[in-house]
Amino acid sequence: MLITEQKPMEEILSYLGGEEKVFIVGCKGCAEGCQTGGEQQAIGMEKELEAEGKTVTGICLVDFACNEQLTRMMFEAHESKIVDSDSLLVLCCGIGIQAVASVVDKVVHPGCNTVSLGGRHGEWRDGERCQECGQCVLEYTGGICPIARCAKQILHGPCGGSVGGKCEVSPDLPCGWQLIIDRLTRIGRLDRLTDVVPPKDWGVSLTGGPPTRPIKRQ
Amino acid sequence: MKAGTNLEKVLESKRFAVTAEVGPPKGAGTSGVLKKGEKLKEFTDAINVTDNQTAIVRMCSLAGCTLLKRVGVDPVLQMVVRDRNRIAIQSDILGAVALGIGNILCLSGDYQSFGNHPTAKGVYDLDSVQLINTLKKMRDERKFICGEAIAGELPLFIGAVENPFADPFEYRVFRLARKVKAGVDFIQTQAVFDVARFEKWMKLIKDHGLEEQVHILAGIIPVKSAGMARYMRDYVSGVTVPDEVVTRLEQATDVKEEGLKISLEIIEQIMEIPQVHGIHIMAVGWEEIVPVIVEQAGLLPRPEV
Repeated sequence: MLITEQKPMEEILSYLGGEEKVFIVGCKGCAEGCQTGGEQQAIGMEKELEAEGKTVTGICLVDFACNEQLTRMMFEAHESKIVDSDSLLVLCCGIGIQAVASVVDKVVHPGCNTVSLGGRHGEWRDGERCQECGQCVLEYTGGICPIARCAKQILHGPCGGSVGGKCEVSPDLPCGWQLIIDRLTRIGRLDRLTDVVPPKDWGVSLTGGPPTRPIKRQ
Repeated sequence: MKAGTNLEKVLESKRFAVTAEVGPPKGAGTSGVLKKGEKLKEFTDAINVTDNQTAIVRMCSLAGCTLLKRVGVDPVLQMVVRDRNRIAIQSDILGAVALGIGNILCLSGDYQSFGNHPTAKGVYDLDSVQLINTLKKMRDERKFICGEAIAGELPLFIGAVENPFADPFEYRVFRLARKVKAGVDFIQTQAVFDVARFEKWMKLIKDHGLEEQVHILAGIIPVKSAGMARYMRDYVSGVTVPDEVVTRLEQATDVKEEGLKISLEIIEQIMEIPQVHGIHIMAVGWEEIVPVIVEQAGLLPRPEV
């Protein structure tokens, strides 16, 4: 079970500034269990967005959005609606958000923060994609996580050690920031990387603060 | 003037600046840093003190800078975000200013796995751009990151590094623009061997209108052996050494003389680029060559400002 919390509506709306048509992706796995991205929450989000004057082009609920292949398959039925949208709002964990970003060349907005993997990893098992930092930055990095994929976890990358797409730490490690820049270039949103990002709140991350969900029963 | 350091005065008076670098010892002895400072002071405008470079434990930069001040050198305190969180960083900055240090160079730092404590926990609470922005906020708004007020002035001349030889090449200037936006005053670059690529990078800086907003000092590493050149080419991340340089050193009868010649040629070409405001000589373990380079490059005497 991956524990998620929905981002404040204010933050979500700031992501959608200037966009009109949004496609909502929910997840019937952990996010439904956490009541952050199941059917009910997706419909709730649709209502809230429409009240704010946005057009919701459609909703797709994936059984496990973290399963990249399944997500790709589920999206086929919604292809025209997705193509017609300015962006996708994804209500699930950081892994699911990245799975969505990897199957569509569209702007993908995270609707949730991933606060804990809760003892079990997601379905997309080929490597580390979420570090439970609790303050999801995928909005800003085009759906590829610099916290999980940059050795230095920097927010203004790449550092001077990125050569030929590889991280200086190991020739087997792709530079996360090269991937981010490639993707943002592909979707025409490199302009996201112009402002100075304030220091991150590491207090909400799994390793940066006190246990946020201490075990109650030993 | 932001800090009124010698380096700032030289750059602001549009004189071509020369900086060098000193690595502190793996011990608590003071004579090494003091001697290097004495030897280099007439030939430079400021001297950097590295901060546990290549993640190998050495005397801290703050102590090294304080020693350099004793012999009349304007020190540049290098500060990496690898080993300090925002509490330690801001505290060290207050301490540095209290001890009369005004130039701070912001870096992320060589990754801990390269050093002699590869199992250390990396901090990276802030990144280098956020560090720059923190110093600017501390200086201009007299505020800590949290927003609380700092008592008194905090004169700082803020530096950072950039590597024109890292990838993705076209994006690197956008990244430099973010450092400028964050508040950087001067940049010292990674060592230049590939002058053509460096020129291309400088042109992008001009095209982005950044040349008026930040002082660029080009990095120079004098190479004293073919082995060192090969090592840097093959193993030092972020450094590009063209094969031609390696071949020249391999075939030279007097390899040190050839190394000096290569450095002087690079400096000559760099000085023809009007947007470059100085050089930063990183003579790792070959500090005695610095006076020779500065003299033969025609950069003496250093300006009195």
